Formats: sequence, C-alpha cells, structure tokens
Amino acid sequence: MTLSKIWVLAEAEDGEVATTTLELLTKARELADTVECVYAGDDADELADTLGEYGCETIHQTGDLEGALVGVPLAAAIAAAVEAGDGPDAIIAATTYDGRDTAARLSVKLDRTVLTNCVDLELDGDALVASEPVFGGTTDVKTKFTGEGPFIALVRPKSFAAEPSGGGSADVEDLDVPDLGASGGAVVTERHVEESEGPKLDEAAIVVSGGRGLGEASKYSMVADLAKALKGAAGASRAIVDAGWVPYSQQVGQTGKVVKPTVYIACGISGATQHLVGMKGSKNIIAINKDPEAPIFAVADLGIVGDVHKVMPQILEALSKR
Amino acid sequence: MNVVVCVKQIPDPADPGALDPGTKTLKRDVKLILDESDTYGVEMALQLVDKAGEGSVHLVSMAPNNERSGLATALAMGAASATLISDPALLGSDALTTAKLLAAAIGERDGVDLVIAGSESSDGYTGTVPTQIAAVLDLPSITAAKAITVDGGQVQIQRQTNAGYDDVTCSLPCVVSVTAGVVEPRYPSFKGIMAAKSKPVDERTAADLGFDAGQVGWAGAGQEIVDIAAAPARSAGEVIEDDGESYTKVIEFLENLKVI
Ligand SMILES: Cc1cc2nc3c(=O)[nH]c(=O)nc-3n(C[C@H](O)[C@H](O)[C@H](O)COP(=O)(O)OP(=O)(O)OC[C@H]3O[C@@H](n4cnc5c(N)ncnc54)[C@H](O)[C@@H]3O)c2cc1C
Ligand SMILES: Nc1ncnc2c1ncn2[C@@H]1O[C@H](COP(=O)(O)O)[C@@H](O)[C@H]1O
Repeated sequence: MTLSKIWVLAEAEDGEVATTTLELLTKARELADTVECVYAGDDADELADTLGEYGCETIHQTGDLEGALVGVPLAAAIAAAVEAGDGPDAIIAATTYDGRDTAARLSVKLDRTVLTNCVDLELDGDALVASEPVFGGTTDVKTKFTGEGPFIALVRPKSFAAEPSGGGSADVEDLDVPDLGASGGAVVTERHVEESEGPKLDEAAIVVSGGRGLGEASKYSMVADLAKALKGAAGASRAIVDAGWVPYSQQVGQTGKVVKPTVYIACGISGATQHLVGMKGSKNIIAINKDPEAPIFAVADLGIVGDVHKVMPQILEALSKR
Repeated sequence: MNVVVCVKQIPDPADPGALDPGTKTLKRDVKLILDESDTYGVEMALQLVDKAGEGSVHLVSMAPNNERSGLATALAMGAASATLISDPALLGSDALTTAKLLAAAIGERDGVDLVIAGSESSDGYTGTVPTQIAAVLDLPSITAAKAITVDGGQVQIQRQTNAGYDDVTCSLPCVVSVTAGVVEPRYPSFKGIMAAKSKPVDERTAADLGFDAGQVGWAGAGQEIVDIAAAPARSAGEVIEDDGESYTKVIEFLENLKVI
C-alpha cells in the first residue's frame, strides 16, 4: 500500500536546498506514488534540479512573502489547496522553526492533529504511523493517525539518509496565498547571521562538544581548537549555551541540533538524556569526563575517565606533531 | 499591559516517569511541578508588565487532575491570577485539543495584549501548542523568541534561526513563545509564596469552555498509540582511567577510523 500523494515542505538557505528536505523526500518516495514540494518563496526555479533529483515532481511555491514569517501564509495556502480538493494525503515537514510554525497553523486550519518529533514513518493500510523516541530515546512509541487525512507530521532532522532518485528537474507551479487577515502581521525586518568557520555542525564528519566540565567560558577554546585540528565542527551542551559561553546555534540535543557524525567527542559533558537524543546516532562516540559514573560513558565507544584540562591539551599536542 | 502566560504543570523531569501501559499516557500519579521551560515566560511577562507600569500577568494551565502546585510556583513568582482548566475527560488530549482549550480560556478574558508560552514543554516537546493557540485565536505568532521589547502597540522580537537570529516586528495582540535563557527567572520569595495562597485561581471544565467529552481527551485526539517498545540500546565500549597516556588511545581510535 502506498499513499497517492505526499507534500514535503521544502526549505532552502542561500538558494541551496536544506539537507533535511532531501531526507524527507527520500522517505516520501517510499510512502507515496507522487511526491511534491511546497515552498515559501519565489526562487523555486533555482531549487528545481536538486529537488527533482530527489524525487520531487512539482514545486508549489507561494511567491515572495515580503518578509512575513513563513508559517501563516504557507499554511493558509496549503489549507486552501486542500479545501479546493487539490491537496495531498500527507504533509510532512522537518522539525525546524518554520516547519513547526507551518504544521501547527495547518493543524488548526484543517482541524487535524500533527504528530511531532517523528524519527520514522510507515504505513498501516491507508494510515500513516510515526515513531517517536521518548524518555531521552530509551523508549520508542508508535502513533497512528486515526482521523481522515491529510496527515501532518513533523520529522526530526537526520531521521533518514538522503538518497537521490535520479529524477529530472521539478516543475514549478504557483500556490495561491489567500488573504491572511489579522494573523499575518509578523514581519522580519532584519536577518542576523552568526558567522562560524569550518563545516556546519549538523553536517560535519567530526563533532567536538564541550560542557560545564570545561569549568569556564575561556576553556571552550580547547573544544574549538580540537574541532579545527580535526577539520570538524564545535558543539556544546545546553548548560554552557544557557550560561552564555557559546551561541545557541552550537547546542546539540533535544532543543538544539541533531548530529550524526562519524566521530562525536564529548568533553566534560555528563550525558543528560536531552543531550543524548541529539548525538546518540553518531557512528562513534568518545567521551572525556572525570566522573566514572557519568551517563555519557554508557553510550561511548571509548571513554576516558580523566580531566579535560589534562587530556585535551595532550590530544591537541599529539595532533599538532603529526 | 495585560499578559497571559501559558504554563504547563509536568511530572518532575528528574524522575522521568513512564508510560502507563494500560492507558498509554504518562503516569501522572506523581506530584506535578511548574515546567522549568515556562518559568522563562512567567519572568518575561512580569518584567514587561513592570516596565509598562500597569497591567498584570494572568496564568492559564491545563491539567487533567486538578493539579495546582505548579501554578502556585508561578503565582509566587508574581503572577496575579490564574485559570486552571481541569477535567478528568482531558486525559489523553493531543496538542491541538490542548491548544483549543487554552485558547478558549484566553479568549474569555478582555483586554489581553500579549500571550506568552514556552518554545517547547519539557515532557511533551511538541513545540506546536503556542502557534496552535494563535491560530485558534486568529492572532499572529512569533516562536523561538530570545528577546522581547514592547513599544506602544508594537512588539520587537529577536527570533532564533538556524544561522543566527531575525529581528521580527508585530503589532499587539499576538502570541510569542520564548526560549530558555531569554531572561533569568526569579525564585519565589517567602512573601511571594505566602501571597500566592490568596490569589484567585478560576477553575474551568471542558464543558465550561464549550467542549463536550467527545471532543477532548482520548476521544478527541486524532491519533492513537499503537506500540510502545524499548529503543535499541547503544552498548558501552571501553572505558579507561586516565594515567597520563590515555590521549594515545584517543589518537589510535581516530587513526583506526581513518579520520586523521
Ligand atoms: C526541556 C529540556 C531540554 C533540554 N535540551 C537540552 C539540549 O538540547 N542539549 C543539552 O545538552 N541539554 C539539554 N537540556 C539540559 C540537560 O538536561 C542537562 O542539564 C545538560 O545537558 C547538562 O550539560 P553538561 O553536561 O554540560 O553539564 P553537567 O550536567 O553539569 O555535566 C558536567 C560534567 O562535566 C564533568 N566534569 C567536571 N569537571 C570536569 C573536568 N575537569 N574534566 C572532565 N570532566 C569534568 C562532570 O563530571 C559532569 O559529568 C535540556 C533540559 C530540559 C529540561
Ligand atoms: N497543558 C498545558 N497548559 C498550559 N500551557 C501549555 C500546556 N501544554 C503546552 N503549553 C504551553 O505551550 C508551550 C509549548 O508546549 P508543547 O507544545 O507541549 O511543547 C509550553 O511551554 C506552554 O507554555
């Protein structure tokens, strides 16, 4: 059994399709005969080759939103299409800021539940079933949509590996945005980009993360240096993000980024369940922590019971000599 | 400046709890506390009202079992009053139903300028309830706010993005969800705790808000849990005590993976 049509919410940054979108397209191909995208913007032409290569046949784009936050106009446009009978059987988006906003708005517009934090999707007859990890990923819960479609699901990044299907460039069509009334008032006036060097945190093959065990903000440089020496990205636990040592964009975990690098090195991080959800999928995990009882050791392939202030400089030194 | 803050009362996250295999909901027999994620919203609201020099902070919370201890904490921080939506029929409600009831309770109040919620709750973390509330009330919403300033009838927000943050402007009334760390939540003082005992807490059932039993709880949820299973555990590898040479193990490990 497959669904006849799925719409994937496509996202892009600087004209480049987000990896999460490609992950969703890959899964959607398995679940539906026709996979299409909805997109908030007017530059879908630039994305058509890539989206097509991953199985999207048509991109429905809203056109220029003049700075409006995406959720309200995009959800209104999708809802209008569904009401007109042109909608899909399911709409899936990644757990991103705009993805959440759009899915939440849409759920009210269509009066349908939205399943969140999904890490897998499957079909049971005509109904979509989503898996969600709870209690820090120790338990998997499968939830099935009971009402009629369209089903709305929010999927966590990195849940699926993105694989091209070799499809040709996608068609681009307009998706009409109806009048938004009172709800359309939030407008972006300026965008601020926090520059970071090296590979992106959620795409790097090596991630070195630091936590409160570093002791003080200035010691985060050890993490940054090690990440640089390994050509990886530097991450952090929420404890040191909340403390203002590093920006939020570097947080790994439930409320931060999900990373699945080849190697994850946790330095002075206890391994709270909310941190583990964001990095447990790493292929290899190294942990350095002075407490032999730290929960991070339960998921580490190599655990060093030791002081970060001793071990990290030694690793750096050894690497610099190579 | 009248601010409504949505606060969730949750089981203590230090005692992560379990799903009741019978009812397939979180076991709620434990005492509920104020979700730490919502202390930021309460603090933000108190500061905004304080700055405006007039108005008050009102809380709304929905819990199936009449629980008030989390509300008491937020009242002790300085909120003036609260609405508690409580009804055994609410057990099993999905995020959409939760939002509909919270929106109904907020909609009963006159002169609300701003609704504040957390970006995501610590136990449910759907992150959708605040936007769903806004959609039901037909208000604009801004999620993931890391700074809020109110100026006349306008609110200026720094909204977190993948790359950094956006400046967003919106006219009041609207719904804003705040991130952890947006402000430093105060601890309730002894005086605050005593004062909280006499602050008004209005109770509403689902029926009071115009919902019948079939629309809420399990009956109204468009979803059903079909399976609960232990996740495949990651097994622990080698753990060694640092003897001054353990860094060589790390280097070896990285070499074996051919990443250096
Ligand atoms: C709703 C919610 C969402 C959350 N989301 C996230 C999230 O996305 N990401 C996240 O990370 N957290 C998240 N948290 C917070 C999480 O519960 C933990 O509080 C946090 O991960 C702890 O960070 P930490 O490991 O740096 O600090 P701690 O738990 O304080 O651990 C510090 C560790 O350092 C070790 N240490 C101390 N000194 C040294 C030394 N000299 N050398 C070596 N080791 C040393 C200690 O033994 C300890 O294990 C969330 C919490 C909640 C409630
Ligand atoms: N039962 C509830 N009562 C009051 N507020 C809630 C409730 N559930 C969710 N919220 C609000 O919505 C925010 C996000 O929750 P969630 O969508 O569950 O992640 C919370 O931080 C609260 O502000």
